[in-house]
Amino acid sequence: MKYLGIDPQKVKIGVFDFTGCEGCELQLANKEESLLEFLSLLEVVNFREISSDSSQDYDIALVEGSISRKDEIERLTDIRARAKVLVAMGACACFGGVNYLKNQYPLKDVVKEVYGMHSVETSKVKRIADVVKVDLNIPGCPVSKSEVESIIVSIVVGAEVKIPKYPVCVECKQNVNTCVVDLGKICLGPITRAGCGAVCPTGKAGCLGCRGPAEDANYGSLREILREKGHCESEIEQKLCFYNAFNGSTEK
Amino acid sequence: MKVNMNIDVHHIARVEGHGNIHITVRDGELIEAEWQVVETPRFFEAILRGRPHDMAPTLTSRICGICSIGHTLASLRAVERAMQVRVPKNAQLLRLLAKHGETIQSHILHLFFLAAPDLLGVGSVIPLTKSHPEVVAVALRLKGLANDMCDLIAGRTTHPVSLVVGGLSKAPEKKQLEMLKLTIQERFSDVMATVDIFKTLSMPDFVRETEFVSLKGKGKYPWIGGDLISTDGVLKAEDDYLAMTNEYKEDFTTSKFTRLSRESFAVGALARFNNNHKLLHKKAKETAQALCLKPVNNNPYMNNIAQLVECYHVMLESIEIIDKLLDSNLGNICNRYNITDGEGVGAVEVPRGILYHHYIIDKKGTIAKANCVIPTTQNNANIHHDLAELVTQQINLGKNDKEVTKLCEMLVRAYDPCISCSVH
Repeated sequence: MKYLGIDPQKVKIGVFDFTGCEGCELQLANKEESLLEFLSLLEVVNFREISSDSSQDYDIALVEGSISRKDEIERLTDIRARAKVLVAMGACACFGGVNYLKNQYPLKDVVKEVYGMHSVETSKVKRIADVVKVDLNIPGCPVSKSEVESIIVSIVVGAEVKIPKYPVCVECKQNVNTCVVDLGKICLGPITRAGCGAVCPTGKAGCLGCRGPAEDANYGSLREILREKGHCESEIEQKLCFYNAFNGSTEK
Repeated sequence: MKVNMNIDVHHIARVEGHGNIHITVRDGELIEAEWQVVETPRFFEAILRGRPHDMAPTLTSRICGICSIGHTLASLRAVERAMQVRVPKNAQLLRLLAKHGETIQSHILHLFFLAAPDLLGVGSVIPLTKSHPEVVAVALRLKGLANDMCDLIAGRTTHPVSLVVGGLSKAPEKKQLEMLKLTIQERFSDVMATVDIFKTLSMPDFVRETEFVSLKGKGKYPWIGGDLISTDGVLKAEDDYLAMTNEYKEDFTTSKFTRLSRESFAVGALARFNNNHKLLHKKAKETAQALCLKPVNNNPYMNNIAQLVECYHVMLESIEIIDKLLDSNLGNICNRYNITDGEGVGAVEVPRGILYHHYIIDKKGTIAKANCVIPTTQNNANIHHDLAELVTQQINLGKNDKEVTKLCEMLVRAYDPCISCSVH
């Protein structure tokens, strides 16, 4: 893509995956309408899932997944040293994600439950920011492709990166949905950061908070409403811990 | 001349997840050929314990970024069979439609983004956007169709939101289904274009007689639930899945291996085709013939072709499903149910083969014990044994390191392994 007749220097980008499902990076290959334009702005130099061409010279590293083994720490540290900007992409990278549920059990117990007598190396699940400095978090399970694209474009052109601070409820109301809490479900929309287009409550499923807390999230009030609707404490806890996205900040 | 070869492919590219190929040949003799899965495990079976049954589908969809709808459906089926939950007929049709969207999405991703670059001699789909823009345009349109199907029915392609215990939480509008039908019809020309592209690309010539395992179709090509059959004549009920998955663990890999009648077996599109080709739509059958795919085909590289045939089949079947839905009342798509204790197995043919979820649920509706058996886990042993045979055949043909490495990578890719999924 030329700008004023000049081919601008393309920003080099690498996409890397750790413990996770690789669903976030796959979002980048979804929806044809913007993919080619997005690619024209960047040079993808390292993206193992879709390319066997790989280079260790990149400006932006998009990192997916959480950290749960020693060799991952070494690989991540190396990526951090090479990248100018490191972006944690998705709930696993930002919060630990569903992988973090493992930390509720003794390590020996989870290994025995799955592998029986065989030994398998694994450690407590860590977020990317527990291991290296993260310049930017893009939350979501999975991330929203349009949000990732607009953020990357902002980084490339030096514009301010905007991630909503208001809760999912705002987007849900914009979609003119019936509130799923009124339908008898637990929804974390009131305390969760928007930016997903309220995709879960729009599908009549309660929000599970994959984007982490909204600014000034009022946990107490949400708990009170949910208790009034007849939901018990343990049910609410199961939802709040799902992605570890509210770790330590959900006062009763 | 007696050849020596040391092939080490670390974290093979263009597959989902992390795996290594390790091959040693000394004096023309194959010493080692290993398919090493080095993915970090996430211990899903362990973390399911203690979760409410209705969160199991949401949690297990996160096993896989590609076949999350398949995981959700297997999980729902296990829960629903454990608690004897009846699912309305329309909801079953809608679920199958979402499943078909995922099959197209996954197969097209594999065919064009992961496999085709090898056949066209490039490292990825990115240079193809310049050299073969018309091919990439076909791929993106078909992938777009698949995304639209999944988004409409399941609320989202990756990690669906509206597939719930008892049915679906939200039904699409009939107007939207009509639009979807039109879009599918428009995309048939892209499928034909894909067939024409793949007619010109030749698959490597390699045969190793293999046991192919899939679900058994009952009047229809199999997707959700049913008995298991194999080309060696095995027939097992859905609940007897442990007899066939028979998992074991080798030291060089974090994924388990499985066996049935032989040391390994294969699942996936080629296995489904080999066992159920008679149940394909007439037009899909003709396409298989045009692409020289005949049952029983023992060339693992032909899995690519079987995937393409299946894409066509599910698009044709999706039109039939939409017609049925348009003729019916979409008012009730979710049944209420009583929470009971129980045990249930759910089998689903996901893009890469048979997926089993098996739960034991206590009387409060909490998961007490879980087992998930993943298609790539079932294929890993077969990939491993194929590699040994492939390398042996290739050194006898006098091929060099580079040629053998490429064929080995292509072999692994042909299985379309979903490694994160297999380790889960």
